Amino acid sequence: MPWSAEDDQDWLRALRGSGAAHEEALGTLHALLVRVARTEVHRRSARLRLAGPELDDLAHQAAADAMVAILGKLETFRGESRFTTWVYRFVIFEVSSKVGRHFWRNPTVPMDKESWDLLPDRFGLEPTREAEWRDLADAVRRAVDTELTPRQRQVFVAIVLNGVPLDTMVTELGSSRNAIYKTMFDVRRKLRAHLVTNGYLNGDVGGEGS
Amino acid sequence: MGDWPALDAFLRTDPADVGCEQALAMLHVYAELVDAAGGAEDRFPGVAAHLRACGPCADDFDGLLAAVRSAP
Repeated sequence: MPWSAEDDQDWLRALRGSGAAHEEALGTLHALLVRVARTEVHRRSARLRLAGPELDDLAHQAAADAMVAILGKLETFRGESRFTTWVYRFVIFEVSSKVGRHFWRNPTVPMDKESWDLLPDRFGLEPTREAEWRDLADAVRRAVDTELTPRQRQVFVAIVLNGVPLDTMVTELGSSRNAIYKTMFDVRRKLRAHLVTNGYLNGDVGGEGS
Repeated sequence: MGDWPALDAFLRTDPADVGCEQALAMLHVYAELVDAAGGAEDRFPGVAAHLRACGPCADDFDGLLAAVRSAP
């Protein structure tokens, strides 16, 4: 009778064990990861500018890397979710990371060119109202120049002005998503405080909450 | 002083936001709660705040939720 998992304990027993059930569990897990990876790369394919065999290759690489990570971290599974949901997380993260690296290897936008002319478009500032927002746009630029650290400025220019994906900046700077997000979080707080203090935006200086 | 909703929304930060690391660590639990309409935002308000603000983590969450919902 072929191996199948009725519950999380079946998965854990087979993956930790040996013999035929272990091999079948590995095969079943790999097939599951490939299925999820394929679905995920297709969901993101419009942004990837990849198709056919390249997409499938990326999915297989993500599934293989997720498999290694999962088997290395089996002991950290705490049963807070179904085992399958826990493993899906690994493969989704692998796809996400590989997509970021794909953009880094095949950039469609510059990392460090300062596309200030795109600022109005990024924030929905309509050309017909330029007389109203010109001072605001100038104030944003001044704040970027005077309030931000060089690292914060670099991240702002790449992500906000040039539209570089955050995960691509992770690869570019050899950093982590958490660190780049925190940098952007601080950038947002500083710029808002500057614009509120100087009368360009309404509201509280903290700007927290919604 | 003008009203610039897109810029204002981008610059607003939520002190409850737990950041990528903590949000991703709980994403599997959060996804199952969302799938089951189990009060994910009430149980993990910091994760909810983060997913509202972080595009890459929200994208990962969308993919994970889709996987959970398509599970055989």
